[in-house]
Amino acid sequence: MSLLTDLINLNLSDCTNKIIAEYIWIGGSGMDLRSKARTLSGPVADPSKLPKWNYDGSSTGQAPGEDSEVILYPQAIFRDPFRRGNNILVMCDAYTPGGEPIPTNKRCNAAKIFSHPDVAAEEAWYGIEQEYTLLQKDVKWPIGWPLGGYPGPQGPYYCGVGVDKAYGRDIVDSHYKACLYAGINISGINGEVMPGQWEFQVGPSVGISAGDELWVARYILERITEIAGVVLSFDPKPIQGDWNGAGAHTNYSTKSMRNDGGYEVIKKAIEKLGLRHKEHIAAYGEGNERRLTGRHETADINTFLWGVANRGASIRVGRDTEKAGKGYFEDRRPASNMDPYVVTSMIAETTILWKP
Amino acid sequence: MSRLSDLINLDLGQTTTKIIVEYIWIGGSGMDLRSKSRTLPGPVTDPSELPLWNYDGSSTDQAPGNDSEVILRPQAIFKDPFRRGNNLLAMCDCYTPAGDPIPTNKRFNAAKVFKHPDVVAEEPWFGIEQEYTLLQKQVKWPLDWPVGGFPGPQGPYYCGVGADKSFGREIVDAHYKACLYAGISVSGINGEVMPAQWEFQVGPVTGITAGDQLWVARYILERITETAGVVLSFDPKPIPGDWNGAGAHSNYSTKSMRSDGGIHVIKKAIEKLGLRHKQHIAAYGEGNERRLTGRHETADISKFSWGVANRGASIRVGRDTEKDGKGYFEDRRPASNMDPYVVTSMIAETTILWKP
Repeated sequence: MSLLTDLINLNLSDCTNKIIAEYIWIGGSGMDLRSKARTLSGPVADPSKLPKWNYDGSSTGQAPGEDSEVILYPQAIFRDPFRRGNNILVMCDAYTPGGEPIPTNKRCNAAKIFSHPDVAAEEAWYGIEQEYTLLQKDVKWPIGWPLGGYPGPQGPYYCGVGVDKAYGRDIVDSHYKACLYAGINISGINGEVMPGQWEFQVGPSVGISAGDELWVARYILERITEIAGVVLSFDPKPIQGDWNGAGAHTNYSTKSMRNDGGYEVIKKAIEKLGLRHKEHIAAYGEGNERRLTGRHETADINTFLWGVANRGASIRVGRDTEKAGKGYFEDRRPASNMDPYVVTSMIAETTILWKP
Repeated sequence: MSRLSDLINLDLGQTTTKIIVEYIWIGGSGMDLRSKSRTLPGPVTDPSELPLWNYDGSSTDQAPGNDSEVILRPQAIFKDPFRRGNNLLAMCDCYTPAGDPIPTNKRFNAAKVFKHPDVVAEEPWFGIEQEYTLLQKQVKWPLDWPVGGFPGPQGPYYCGVGADKSFGREIVDAHYKACLYAGISVSGINGEVMPAQWEFQVGPVTGITAGDQLWVARYILERITETAGVVLSFDPKPIPGDWNGAGAHSNYSTKSMRSDGGIHVIKKAIEKLGLRHKQHIAAYGEGNERRLTGRHETADISKFSWGVANRGASIRVGRDTEKDGKGYFEDRRPASNMDPYVVTSMIAETTILWKP
């Protein structure tokens, strides 16, 4: 297939000024990523200079057939690790022709919250730990797992190395470099406790960019698994029984928390989160009740508790933060299939704007 | 196979000024592309510099055995993305030795229509959305569909990403860059509603160029699928049942439509098209009755309708055009196996020249 590869890798900058922009959006389920590409006359670095576009919303469960156009507003640009050159990926959100965000557009509301002067002043930072599972394509069973059976119990796989302990590293490693190339703030990766499960972290990112970067990182991962012939799953509890689930732990801090005396600000924020536990849980991902059982390094879904270095808590504060008297904390409740626009803006809203 | 690739990728520019030109033409069925190549002494920048050639028409159902020469007249040149360097693709049309177009030569008449002063004055622009299906080579079943079965129902595949939602992207991406390299105005690509079905768009281009560019884009696609070992199908309804068909929606505008007040010119044009619905349908591709059923985002073949943002109509006007009071419209009737010379010239003829 090297002739195909030669064509895919053509460097068009030698023969044209034109670039290809891949417009990415979230479809009707709130988790299905969609994209299509268009040619532009020259390089573009600023999302506001990109044209709005539209797509067939009746094919994604987002509009009726007789009034099917949904408008795409470009919001963030990244370098395209697949086409390279001056080609770009563009994260978009979706609007009606009248200019209203469609119901599945969670970014619009998040952007409003992050634009609020009180929130902007606090410079909210996020570090999101995205876990995911890789499945064999023709059967919905994790890669490396024997068909009709199970691997040995959890223990050897967390950060493991070796053909019998690490399944799918080439996907993870290519994703890491592809994201760095794209300009995504990916801070690390590791193999997870369940074999076939991995994690990457995006952050620290400020405000709305946390959501933009995580969604594009997810898109790049799905493109890479597509190439590898492996199915990507964000299900929070892919395998029942004595196997870890998959979360999207969200690390968070504000300017006040990062300054001297920040530990008190952190404790107040955690208190407020505790008072809105039910509301947050409802927005933290479908199927989370299968994962938040109180076992497998989770807190029970009905219980709100926090603790230093406690992985069985809803919220964990690191020992460094406790020692320094300032820093950040980790909300361990969000599921792997959460919407980062919703989670990040809700945490900011509850801790900065909401009054009990 | 790397030594074969080394040879295929030899840069002859180092050792000779000779170039290779691939002459492309349309065979006896009106849809079968044919090509053969010849060596020329040096680089060529205009089709008129290329010599006329000929081929064995008795082997393509275009001439009898005892008088088999069909003359090839080069009409448009493009850079060859496979041989690269100074090598070219040349789109040709076919004539008898006496100089008359043979019956399957649809370009000749189209060129006449596009030379008419009234048509020239209106600068007709076309944007053609070419849909196509990729089939497994050994069985005529779509790429990555289970043999003897079906994938999950339509929903996840339109612009989808992931190994279980996107089948054959390699081919599509290679084609996109190859066409841009060649100098074809490909304006975008997207995954279609039926899995293993894709679309690319050529345009906006003026007049006869639309047909030339679409045919060469089809040729490049067939060369790429040949390399990938996958069969290319332009059948308008490859799989009966609850699976979308494949079309070649043709977007169209004239100078008057693009100027202020153009929306009225558009409405008059659509009226005229409505009066000649049967004639257009007869020329819009074989087998279209299997596709234009009124379901799956089509209008019924026997009914003519139009609407803004309505994907179930024969002709769709975009919301942007409605809002600006000028723009273009989309004829959704042509099938994927239409001849763009016929469709583009017929639309121009009916809307600009024909009087009811």
